[in-house]
Amino acid sequence: MKARDVALMSLQALRRYPLRTAMLLLAIAIGVAAVVLLTAVGEGARRYVTGQFSSLGTELLIVLPGRVETSGGGSIQGLLVGETARELTLDDTLAIERSPRIRRVTPLVIGAGTVSSGARERDITILGTAAAMLAIQHWAMGSGRFLPESDLDTAQPVCVLGHTVARELFPGASPLGAWVRIGDARCRVLGALAEQGLAGGFNVDETVIMPVASAQQIFNTAAVFRILVEANGLDAVPAARRDIIEIVKQRHAGEEDITVVTQDALVATFDTIFNMITAGLAAIAAISLVVAGVLIMNVMLVAVSQRTAEIGLLKAVGARNRQIVALFLTEAACLSLLGACVGIALGIGGIFVMKVLFPVLDFAAPPWASASAVAVAILSGLVFGILPARRAAALDPVNALMRR
Amino acid sequence: MMELSGICREYLVGEEVVHALDHIDLKIDAGEYVSIMGPSGSGKSTLLNVLGLLDRPSSGIYRLQGEDVSNLDDNELAAHRQRHIGFIFQFFHLIPRLTALENVELPLVLTGAAPRARRERATAILESVGLKARLSHRPDQLSGGERQRVAIGRAIVMQPSFLLADEPTGNLDTRSGNEIMQILEQLNRDGIAVLIVTHDLGIGDRARRHLTLRDGKVVADVREPQP
Repeated sequence: MKARDVALMSLQALRRYPLRTAMLLLAIAIGVAAVVLLTAVGEGARRYVTGQFSSLGTELLIVLPGRVETSGGGSIQGLLVGETARELTLDDTLAIERSPRIRRVTPLVIGAGTVSSGARERDITILGTAAAMLAIQHWAMGSGRFLPESDLDTAQPVCVLGHTVARELFPGASPLGAWVRIGDARCRVLGALAEQGLAGGFNVDETVIMPVASAQQIFNTAAVFRILVEANGLDAVPAARRDIIEIVKQRHAGEEDITVVTQDALVATFDTIFNMITAGLAAIAAISLVVAGVLIMNVMLVAVSQRTAEIGLLKAVGARNRQIVALFLTEAACLSLLGACVGIALGIGGIFVMKVLFPVLDFAAPPWASASAVAVAILSGLVFGILPARRAAALDPVNALMRR
Repeated sequence: MMELSGICREYLVGEEVVHALDHIDLKIDAGEYVSIMGPSGSGKSTLLNVLGLLDRPSSGIYRLQGEDVSNLDDNELAAHRQRHIGFIFQFFHLIPRLTALENVELPLVLTGAAPRARRERATAILESVGLKARLSHRPDQLSGGERQRVAIGRAIVMQPSFLLADEPTGNLDTRSGNEIMQILEQLNRDGIAVLIVTHDLGIGDRARRHLTLRDGKVVADVREPQP
């Protein structure tokens, strides 16, 4: 029997019971569409989050004091004997800046404090940094100018206000040139940032930015909390990382006691997390495909008993058992294949609708998800089609022909 | 040639063993025209099923065209049915979603015949049974007599040596039944052996050899004198 004839006969049988066929197609289509849509949502979320991180600039490297063991159990011994990391200093910052693979460097000191102007006072986060910070963080000025280019170790009584701070201390007025009190120090306001919103979970709008030496005076420290480095282009990031570690190692008596976090690593971590979530969503949706498979089995069993006389006749005119298995299996496979096609179409339509409704998210079903949804649909059709097909083939022709 | 020797067929009904066929010895030559009659439960349908290889005997030897077919498996039986035997049923057993032409083509489809060749062959056969104008009708668009003629077409499309008919006119009015019998008799004259199981004495009388069964035994085997 030719494959083409088997397929034709199966399709004819499916056409004979349009309602039954439509219902089964729908069941499979919903399963496939669920996989496509859910993975599209997961992928959309992944693209959104990694996009947000990338917008911070992937050329960014963050230098932390202390060596973070990223593999193994870490240095518990070091913790027990009270081994503390050597702190980073402004001199480390200047040394790093000499690397040719580095475009910009800025130290960062962070602490809590208050800012007041006249009777208005506000709790804020104080950022001690340098002029390069503006370009590294891609901040925009609302008014005035940012910190001046000057030696890092020169304390100056100046500051830049975050958007919210400026608005609340000077409602309806320009803060430029005004004097504010930060802790015990008086500073002149050089400018105010435009509204930045949240970036990496930190609200820049509620900060006051000062020269790093001024902030060190307020917090009475010589240490630097972080050093932010912008590499000389994306390709230079790994080399810049090696340079930083080497430079600081030389300065810290040959001890490698810093950690350099790259934006890439951060983005890659989120990427992995979201891919796992997407895979999980796909697996959950795939369960509905197995349910559809069970449905196929039920309906095919009914079809076998409905068509008992027909199976008897096929046997009478010489059909071999495997031909009967092939006919019923093909029918199940056609159902799941057609259902999968309808499901993919529904999924693509659904993605289009979601894109219109939520233009922020870039929904897209990963090809592997759609492909495996179709594969699982066909596989479940075949697996669950085997039992009914074998039952059909095992029918006794005399008994089968007695049924009308 | 069909040759039965000592054929038994037993069923278990509940706890009771029913001897549907009880040591039957029978020989049917090529080109014969045989009627099989007898009361209900006499085993005539079972005999036809065993002769047609749809049913296996419980014991005894069955030779079809000289080959022992008593102990073949499902697929070998199917192959022999395909080659030697055509069936005609009381309730036609046409596949409702297929056209008359497709129903006749069905046995050829199972053998993997090329679409064009089988179409030509099925068309010629339907023309020969007078259904030239009904090729693309489905069974529900045909009268009972026409349906049985389609079924005859399907039975002979593989050019079998034996045509087994179980109550072929049982579901038809007298006139259609008569037409069906004329077609079967024409096929017999063309050389196909025809075996008919029937209740209808008028139909049974037309054959040239009359078998009568009772309680699974052949109680009479009468041949008409050759004209």
